[in-house]
This record gives sequence, structure tokens and C-alpha cells, in this order.
Amino acid sequence: MAEESVVRQSAEELPKPKSPYKEFARKFLKRKAAVVSLIFIIVLALVAIFGPMVIRYNPNAADYTALLQGPSPKHIWGTDEFGRDVFARLIAGTRLSLSVALGSVVVGTAIGIILGLLAGFYGGIVDSIVMRGSDILFAFPDILLAIAIVAILGPGVINVVIAVAVFTVPSFARIIRSATLEVKEAPYVEVARSIGCTNSRILWKHIFPGTVQSMIVNFTMRIGTAILASSSLSFLGFGANVTEPDWGTMLSQGRNYLNTAPHMVLCPGLLIFLTVLAFNLLGDGLRDTLDPKIK
Amino acid sequence: MSETILEVKNLRTEFKREKSYVTAIHDVSFSLNKGEIVGLVGESGCGKSVTSMSIMRLLGDTSGKITNGEIRFKGRNLLDLSEREMQTIRGSRISMIFQDPMSSLNPPIRIEKQMIEAVRIHENCSKEQARKIAADMLHEVGIPDVENTLRSYPHQLSGGMCQRVMIAMAMACKPELLIADEPTTALDVTIQAQIMDLMKKIQKENGTTILLITHDLGVVAQMCSRVLVMYAGRIVEQADVHELFYNPKHPYTKGLIACVPKIGSDVRRLPSIPGSVPDLSVMPKGCKFAPRCQYASDRCLKGEPDLVLVDGRENHWIRCYLESKDQTM
Amino acid sequence: MDENLMSVQDLVKTFEVNKGFLAQKKYVHAVNHVSFDIKPGETFSLVGESGCGKSTTARLLNHLIRPDSGKILFEGKDIAALKEDEMRPLRSDIQMIFQDPYGSLDPRMKIQDLIAEPLLIHTNLSAGERLKKVQELLGLVGLSPEHGERYPHEFSGGQRQRVGIARALSVNPKMIIADEPVSALDVSIQAQVLNLMQDLQEKFHLTYLFISHDLSVVEMISDRIGVMYLGTIVETAPKKEIFAHPLHPYTKALLSAVPIADPEQHNERVALKGELPSPVNPPSGCLFHTRCPYCTKRCREERPQLTEVSPGHFCRCHLMESA
Repeated sequence: MAEESVVRQSAEELPKPKSPYKEFARKFLKRKAAVVSLIFIIVLALVAIFGPMVIRYNPNAADYTALLQGPSPKHIWGTDEFGRDVFARLIAGTRLSLSVALGSVVVGTAIGIILGLLAGFYGGIVDSIVMRGSDILFAFPDILLAIAIVAILGPGVINVVIAVAVFTVPSFARIIRSATLEVKEAPYVEVARSIGCTNSRILWKHIFPGTVQSMIVNFTMRIGTAILASSSLSFLGFGANVTEPDWGTMLSQGRNYLNTAPHMVLCPGLLIFLTVLAFNLLGDGLRDTLDPKIK
Repeated sequence: MSETILEVKNLRTEFKREKSYVTAIHDVSFSLNKGEIVGLVGESGCGKSVTSMSIMRLLGDTSGKITNGEIRFKGRNLLDLSEREMQTIRGSRISMIFQDPMSSLNPPIRIEKQMIEAVRIHENCSKEQARKIAADMLHEVGIPDVENTLRSYPHQLSGGMCQRVMIAMAMACKPELLIADEPTTALDVTIQAQIMDLMKKIQKENGTTILLITHDLGVVAQMCSRVLVMYAGRIVEQADVHELFYNPKHPYTKGLIACVPKIGSDVRRLPSIPGSVPDLSVMPKGCKFAPRCQYASDRCLKGEPDLVLVDGRENHWIRCYLESKDQTM
Repeated sequence: MDENLMSVQDLVKTFEVNKGFLAQKKYVHAVNHVSFDIKPGETFSLVGESGCGKSTTARLLNHLIRPDSGKILFEGKDIAALKEDEMRPLRSDIQMIFQDPYGSLDPRMKIQDLIAEPLLIHTNLSAGERLKKVQELLGLVGLSPEHGERYPHEFSGGQRQRVGIARALSVNPKMIIADEPVSALDVSIQAQVLNLMQDLQEKFHLTYLFISHDLSVVEMISDRIGVMYLGTIVETAPKKEIFAHPLHPYTKALLSAVPIADPEQHNERVALKGELPSPVNPPSGCLFHTRCPYCTKRCREERPQLTEVSPGHFCRCHLMESA
């Protein structure tokens, strides 16, 4: 009889393990809009990395024989008021715009995650400070806040990164905090405490992984916002140096020639629109894929 | 032989899982006679709740589909009815109570309003009359302070109270058949005892037929006159309660009865059934219980037995090769 | 003096409710002056219905929450007042098995990492040594080493509870607090887990504090039983004694309410009046008097003490004091 409770349960009894990654890919591939967006973003990233090496024109080379030309076989997206190739400048600008967006969101996310985890886990005074701080930042419209920061720090790429990062922090802190509060109540966290895990182990080993899903989704969406924000700052003249190719700056310069050379606004404008849309659609797709409640 | 209220024939229900369909219940047949309490027992995942949902035709939103069989309620096949016709039967002629009474009541609405609504859907009467019926029902199910209870919101009542309200609501229209899906599982034993008494009283006074779905053999033994044992979506044994407890034939039923700890038996070890219930998508071939069965032979692993009468018994059916010699493969 | 492994003395825990702005503060009396002793190697069970404070008691003993007052002596040392850092080394001696087999395993960790976690915290074993120990433990609870590579969602409830047991055992505890370890499992699986727990107790001389609402399960596994009602222990006795001669009216009612799995046997029901009183406003006098069929004037006014009626059999009831 004593043997009975130790009846071996063979591993074959279990259904074959499904790789979580395969499962994820299978669900994700069902969401066409998100897949198209992902492809678009990958292409954009490749362009940002390799684009400047393969384009025919130097994005900063002026050609006074071809000013404000419309699209033609020679300049497929036309030229600007200095005769610079718009296509070349857009490609060169991709790198700048994407890296500003990515950089600011990475910085903002990192700080937001730490603040959100601490606020959610420890509660009390830490929570109050973090959350009231976020509330104050939330009270300003995003772009106004960024302008104020850049106005204080002065224009420049790094300062734009900082400005966009600052208004990324509170939204992350909030999302991670609420995810933390939810995971904190899971029985396995109490179990971890009962076996003697330290607070930092519980926080990083058991709670943090539980918040990663909402982090990934929000991260993706925030890149879209950051591109929009950094372009807006450049458009207003707070961003990159005017001579550097940047989507926002190009849009700003093209504004003066809206009637004579609409392609100067249309091309960067369309690119910003499509990029932001792609990141938002990807974020939506990821959220639906990661949400266990949606099949 | 008394009147048959419900007759289920060869019922088969499938669920959509990703691309393929899995069979949740297969070839389920049984009948309920007027005024009896029949127990449907089995462990989680055996298909007992799917059976009740199939009878009520409430599978719609869970991607489940009845693919075969008949459900005859007083001779009419429920599967042929339109959704509208079914609605008039649900609640007025067949009622159901669920395991979790708290979540079966709508939280922001007073008990009063919910009960009046339930009564008026099926009975053509004024609000005042409906309230009167509701109050009478609450009184009947043993709620001490009827007026107060009527004015309460669900969260102000305890689990036992909520379950009484649910039973009162289910009984308000004097249904002929009551399907109770684990009605006492979420309740404490002392409250469970009260609810069980109440259900017996209802059955005696109104002649209501009750299909009691439960995993608790104690509840079955105390409540039911007949028992259906389900395993892996099939009825594996069916008998009168006395016969089932004293002369169980199917190895699964035997195991199930043996592993219930009994108060006063003074044992320290219990026999158990090794392994666990198979997953719907990876059902074993042959007899579904064979992999856990200590008597399983080659035959059991290859072919699946039918539900047949036990030799020399009148009302004892079993789905097993060991006890029914005349079965051929 | 230390024949008790754990001795709980006059433990009290209240929770604040109604924290709303301007609202009057109210307290739930979850654990109300609870005392009991657990001897090495025995299984002591706390039974009671939901809301009786048995799970809170388990959490207090495992130092997951702090008591308002009272002592918890473990091997003579009061652990109730310890800080978390001081408690940590003792945690390898007191492990816990939880009720919910689905929620209590971190879904993002492999089984072998889950089982190895206490080893990581309490021992200096290398990764290889830990893995070896994990495989040994998996075998001990009837799982195979391949199971270690899997994630919790691939397991059934019973298998997960085995994992929970393996994890609790990994650091060779002296005592295991099991909070409703089988109540979420099907009966056939329940028996497997209970048998396993008893085998392991014999093998490793474990002491169990077993928390359950199911009297039949408690009877099978316990040496001594304490019955709880509204945060207090109303009766404690050795198993046989309490089932053969229950003294407290609540214990009698509880026992008579369990449905017997035999159609020919019926309990003589001791019916209880009314509903469980709210633990926010516990009744005056004897906590049980509002539902007791034998209630007297004295019961309404004066709270009875836990008195020894026969050797080892304690009961908190005025009727028993006079008898």
C-alpha cells in the first residue's frame, strides 16, 4: 500500500509541450494589420541602418540647378528649395527620427518601470510620491511639457530625447504600477515570501516578469508617440540643427512652399503618419496577442 | 412506470479548439421520471456541466455545438425548437441553479427587482402580484426576514442566502424540471445541509424532477434515488442509489466510492485512482478509463464498450467489458 | 519544557475594514485569542467553516502577517515579534503548502526552478547539486525528472500540488503548514495527495499543521483536531475523541452536517439557527450563542473559557463547565 502514493506519473501523460514562442507567433500571424505594420517597421529600421550607404545623393548636397522640382525619374520624390534630394534626406532622416524616438522611449521606460515597480510593491509614501509626481506631469499636455523642457535645456537632439523621455515616464510608471499591484496579489508571490525570498528577489524574479507584457505593448505604442513628439519639436525649431535631415524639420521647411512644391510637405508628412500608425497597430496587435482572454 | 419528463438520447457535444473539434460528451443517454432526484456525478472535466448546458441549450457563447442526439422534454425534442420557443421553456418549465450563487445574481440590482423580473417573464401578472409571488417563494425557501432580503443587493447577502434566492427564483414559476449544477459546492457544510433539505422539500411538495449535478458522493447518497456516473464525457454507470453504493460494477465507480474518506471509519490511508482525467484533445483509444484501470485488458485498450445492462439486473447499466460478457467488439 | 514544537499563546489578529474617508473605523476580529500546542511528529488540524479564521492563523504562524498580540513559540523561541530578516533563516524549518494549486506556482518559471528556489535561498548548493536534489524530490512525490523541464500550466491540479509539496520538502523542514492542500482537487486525486503527505510524514518525521474545512479529510490525516468558530477555538481533542464524543454544540452540528456517502445511513441533524454572525460585530458572551440550540442567559453574557473536560479534550462551553 505504501507504494501507491508514489505511482510514477510518466511524462507521456502530459500533452506535448507547446513552445510559448510558437504559440505566440501563431496567434500574432492571425492579425494582418499588425503583421503588415511589423514588416513596415522592419523595412524602416533597415533603411535607417543601411539607407544612407546606398542612396545616390548626398542628403546635404545642394544643387542650385534643380530647385523645388517635383518628382521625376532623376529625383523620385523631388527636390527642396536648395535642390537637395527629398528622398535622400528622408532616408537620412529616418535614422535620426527613429533613434531619437527609440532613445527617449528606452530611457523613459527604464525610469518608468523602476518607479512603477517600487510604487506598486512598497505602496505607502513611495507610492504617493511617485503617483503625485506623475499626476503633476500628466496635468501638462505632452507636447507643451516637452517644449518647456527643451526651452529650458535649449534645442538639440539630446535635449529632445530628454524632453520626450520625461513625458514617457509617468505613463509607464502608472501602467507598471497597476500591473505590479495585480501581480503582487497573486498567490505565488505569497508563496515566494513564505519560502523566504527577499523583497528584491520577489520584485525582480516574480513580479517584474509578470509586468513585461504590458510593458512591451506600451513600449511599442510609445515609440509612435515619441516620433510624433520629436517631429513636432523639430517642426517648431526646437529639435535637430536645421541643416540636419530630420522629418520634422523637413516638414517645417516645406510648409513655406506648400503651394509651389507640395511634395516637400507630403512626403515627410506621409512618412510620419505611416510610421506612427504602424507602431500603434503593432502595439494593438501585440496587446491582443498577449491577452490570454482574447483567442 | 411513471411519466418520463426528460429523455436524452445519444447526445454528443463538441467544442471548437483552435482548428479541430474535440468531443466533450459522447453518446450520453438517460431519462428522468417525474418527481425523482437523479444524481449526475463525476470529477471535474468529465462533462457533467456540459450535459446540463446542452439540455438548456446554453452552449451558444462557448463555441460548443450539439452534433448528435435528441433531448426530449415531455416528448418534444428541444433541439428542434427555435431560440424563442426555447426561451419560454427555460425558466418556466426547466430551471437551472448554478454553483456560484453570487455571480449568478446581477450585483447592482436589488433582489426585489431581479425576482419580479424573473417572475413576470414567465407569468402574466402585475408587479404587485409578482412581488407577492417572490415574497412567498423567499418565505418558502426559509429566508427569515423576507422584506429586508427583497430590498437588499446581492453582495449584502451571504452565499447561503444567495443560493436560497436563486432557488426561490428558479422555483417561482413552478418548473417541472430543476437542473442544479453543483448547488452546494461553494457553501459550507452546515449551509449545504440546509440547502439539501430545502431541495428535498421542494421535490416532495411540488413533485419537481431534479437533476443534481455534483462531485460529492455524500450529497448523492443522501439526496438521490438514481445515479449516473460520468467519466471523460461518457456515462459509465447508471443505477439506483442503493445498487450503486452497495454493488458498484464499473472500476471507476468502485474507485470513486473507495477513495471518499468516511467519517468514523478510522483509516489512515485511502485507496486512490492513479493518474488523472485525460485531456479532451488527447483521449485514449478504446475505453477511456482503461489507462487508469487496474483490470484493463488488451480488449479495453482497443475498443470502446457500449452502455449495456448488467447481467441479471433490471436498472443497472454499465459501460465496461469486464461485467458484460455478451458484448462483442 | 520544550515538548511542543510550536506553541501558540493567546494570538489575536484584527483587520481594519471600511477605510473610507470620514468613515468610522471598524475591525474584523479574524483571530480572537487562539492558543494551541503542536507536538513534534504529530498532525494537528484546524477545521471550521469559511471565515472562521483558520487561514489567517496559518498565515500568522508562517509569519506572512503579524499578530496584534500573542506569542508564537517555535522550539521555545517567540517568532511573532521577529523582523522579516530575523525570520528568514527559520523559514527553512517552517514551510507551507497552499490551497490554490493553480495560482501558487509562478507561471513563468520551470518546475525545477520553482522547486529549487528554497534551496537557492537557504543553502549554498551549486546549480548542479540543486538540480540533483530537485530530481530526487520529483521522484519522491511521484513525478519524473522530465517533469522538471515543464511549466506549471502543463500540469493538472494534483500534479501541481505534488510540486508544491516537493518544494516545501526541499529544505528539510521540521514543520509544514498545509492550508487546504486538497480542497481544490477531485476526490480521486485528493486521496493520492493525502496518502503522499502521510508517507512523507513517516519518512521525514514531519510535523503538520493541517487546515481544512472538510471533516472527513481531517479525520483521516490528523492526530489532534481543533475546531474553530468566529476566530476562536471552541474545542480541541484527539481525533478519535472528537469524532466519538463531540462536546461543543457547534462541533456536533458540524459533524452532523457532513453528508455520508452511504444511502442507508443518515445523520441525526443538529440544526443551527440563523446565519454566521459578522466578525466585525462578534456577539457578546459566547460567540456561538446566537445559533446555539442550548443557549442560556449565562451564554449571552459571559464568554466561556477553554476548559479541560477529559484528559486532552478541551471545550469552550458553559454547559460543559458545569457538567
